Amino acid sequence: MPAFLLKRLMQSLVLLVIVSIIGFVVLNLIPGGPMAQYALDPGMTEADKARLAEQLGLNRPLLVQYFDWAWRLVQGDWGTSFRDGNPVLTVIGRHLFATFLLMGSSTVIAIGVGTWIGIRGATHRYSIFDYAATVGAMAALSIPTFWFGLIGIYVFSLKLGWLPAGNMYSIGDGSVLDYMHHLIMPSVVLALVHIAIWSRYMRTATLDAISQEFVKTARAKGVSERRVLMKHVVGNALLPMITLAGVQLPSILTGALVTETVFTWPGMGRLFLDSLGYADYPVVMGLLMFSAMLTIAGNLIADIVVALVDPRIRLA
Amino acid sequence: MTNQNNGKSGFSRRATLRMMAAGGAAGLIAPNLLGKPAFAATPPETPTGRIVVGLSQEPTVFNPLMPHIEVDDGVDFSVFDALFRIDVDGVIVPNLATEVPSLENGGISEDGLNWRVHLRDDVTWHDGTPFTAEDVKYTLELIVNPDFRAWRTTGHELVRDITVVSPTEITWRMEEPFAPYLSFLTETFMVPKHILETEENLNEAAFNQAPIGTGAFKWGKRLAGDRLELVANPEYFGEGPYIEQLVFKYIPDMTVLYAQFKSGDIDLVGQAYITPDNYAEAKTLPDRVVTPEPKGSVESIYLNQDLPVFQEQAVREALYLAMDRTSIIDALYYGVPSPAETFMPPQSYYYNPDLPKQEFNLDRAREILDAAGWVPGSDGIREKDGLRLSFANSTTVGNHLREQTQQFLQQTFAEIGVEMKIDNLPPAVMWGDFWGQSQFDSVMVGITYLVGGDPDVTYRFHTDAIAAKGGSGSNNAQYSNPEVDALLIAGSREFDPKKRQAIYFKIQEIIRHDLPFLPLFVYTNVYGYKAGIEGFAVNSNTRTESWKAAAWYWS
Repeated sequence: MPAFLLKRLMQSLVLLVIVSIIGFVVLNLIPGGPMAQYALDPGMTEADKARLAEQLGLNRPLLVQYFDWAWRLVQGDWGTSFRDGNPVLTVIGRHLFATFLLMGSSTVIAIGVGTWIGIRGATHRYSIFDYAATVGAMAALSIPTFWFGLIGIYVFSLKLGWLPAGNMYSIGDGSVLDYMHHLIMPSVVLALVHIAIWSRYMRTATLDAISQEFVKTARAKGVSERRVLMKHVVGNALLPMITLAGVQLPSILTGALVTETVFTWPGMGRLFLDSLGYADYPVVMGLLMFSAMLTIAGNLIADIVVALVDPRIRLA
Repeated sequence: MTNQNNGKSGFSRRATLRMMAAGGAAGLIAPNLLGKPAFAATPPETPTGRIVVGLSQEPTVFNPLMPHIEVDDGVDFSVFDALFRIDVDGVIVPNLATEVPSLENGGISEDGLNWRVHLRDDVTWHDGTPFTAEDVKYTLELIVNPDFRAWRTTGHELVRDITVVSPTEITWRMEEPFAPYLSFLTETFMVPKHILETEENLNEAAFNQAPIGTGAFKWGKRLAGDRLELVANPEYFGEGPYIEQLVFKYIPDMTVLYAQFKSGDIDLVGQAYITPDNYAEAKTLPDRVVTPEPKGSVESIYLNQDLPVFQEQAVREALYLAMDRTSIIDALYYGVPSPAETFMPPQSYYYNPDLPKQEFNLDRAREILDAAGWVPGSDGIREKDGLRLSFANSTTVGNHLREQTQQFLQQTFAEIGVEMKIDNLPPAVMWGDFWGQSQFDSVMVGITYLVGGDPDVTYRFHTDAIAAKGGSGSNNAQYSNPEVDALLIAGSREFDPKKRQAIYFKIQEIIRHDLPFLPLFVYTNVYGYKAGIEGFAVNSNTRTESWKAAAWYWS
């Protein structure tokens, strides 16, 4: 295990360097840059913009800029946001909670409901429920989230008045109940896609497990159908789900671009979109490195957990 | 700020007149929308209540001297004060100063070089420290400090020999006479010397995240990505504030911004306001006041004068004749904006109302091109000396109204034998060197020409302002006319409004003739707020709806 961890750690470092180089180059290749937002500012001359670019160090060779950025990062300095003047880690920290709240609750909904639909679809294969689940999953995957979001706002906020039209909480309120009230619509809308994914994977994995020899053996030994399902089938079907969860883990902290925009949720997804729009290089690079690290960590954790629970797998 | 202009009555009168003038039935409805007669409501004794302003971009820059965008202005105008302010009618009024310096009162010397400003003696910073001439000196010097990432430096770079005569009097000398500086100072907010001089790195100062000003509202708290809360400054020396809390709420999606206005989550729709497609529905909403008001920016087809086809007057004239503006405004923009002939906003004192009106006349356009020797080629596109009458038009991808306008124009241009190709770009690409260094053929763009309401447009139209040719301004059309150059310089050195008016009338006349850009319309913002909010007024000389939130209150 230690040898495996060391090897993975080294691989991860190389991966991070590659990601950072690609990200940095691509970001700087996009024409426009941080001064583009002032293009139509009355009274701000080209000379003003050139002066600002120089003060920000943007006219240095790209290689110099990269190494300057990377060297600071190694020392723990993630840089300062061009847009709001705060250290990048502070900026990220301020958006983490909102995203964690939204993604956490939608993930719980998605895993719970998705797993149940998947198992039931597999045990009642080709039933009306199974067909409905398949069609539903297709619909949820193919219809854009912003459409679901806007329809949700129209129906539940503007017509029925049951749920708030976005925001994380009411200004001047902010009680736990208020948070929960605001959380319902975005987390359900966001969960729809994930339910679809989870239920499809779970259905396949369950079908796979059902046809295994040890299930037949268990049944032959007279184990009750319920026990067969819970202990032998579901237990084994969940194994590949651990890997899926590992891949999806980073998204809990990196956020949902569209859902956060539609529901005016002050999370990481929107921070990314905004930072990209204003060409706030330090924040975009910070978010890129942050999610790359999370992705690597998520995969690593999934591999370790699978090895721990699945006796067939040995890490080396 | 003086109390003379209590926004309430000013608003209803102006709005009503404007809407009547627009000829629509809207004008007749407007007084009813306002709910009650203007004299009924009076502001509360102590600041009461809260107003939530919805914004489609997030305010993030709180040091008013650093580069910022429109939505940040609302915060600056509320937290800080400038020496002067510009009112709804474009008149400059005192703010931190006791009077506006002029040639008559001796505040500005005859040659325009020596300035003297008297300051109020009853102003304190939010931390209780008195505001003095030292703060003004510090602010003006900070803007030109090479280590500081300052916003605009035009005008400020001409200031020399700043002298604090007394705590309430300051003088300086200008390197050359520059009349627009008075207007520029209406957007130059004063920052506290006693706080900033202790900061090591002014670009990353703690002040920038929790500013201290002299304004009607004090810094409350900011929830990044969500909202900003300001609280009333009961010690404010000017009018107001009447509300206890002013909240700027960030709502990134325009559809959702409008939905939250309908649902009541926000009290007032700020930048970027209600979109024209929602206007018809918005004005029927109960308990909401919805009013269109022209703003200071003009939508136009900007022509790169460096392109051979655009160098010919006949081509520019013919293109202007081939624009069906009425249909574009009515069919695409729901009749909200009004047609324009000049860069000058109609509400400006310097607006020339006597410019020739554009007509949509394809026959006349063809005649002009025929006469100029442009003959249709085998594919119907005109040619002359081997040059095809063809060009590209660009705007930002995803702006549906502009994309549809392009298709409208493409059709009518084709009818006179002109080919317009559509080549749209993402905003970041569009507003980079493509725009700044004039790499386009033509663009569809909305531009605010005036800075702080001053008519000076040297940086937009002077030959020396062509960035693509090494100039320092934003003359992106690469327009060059020696007569205009001379007039622009004369205008920027003239302090007498009457004489300045004559100069800028002439400039507008020449530019209307030369057509470096083909005007489409004056942008109109559709403002919306809850019935019961009083004191709200639109000031198109500023970039923000929140230019005077101090006067707002709930009836």
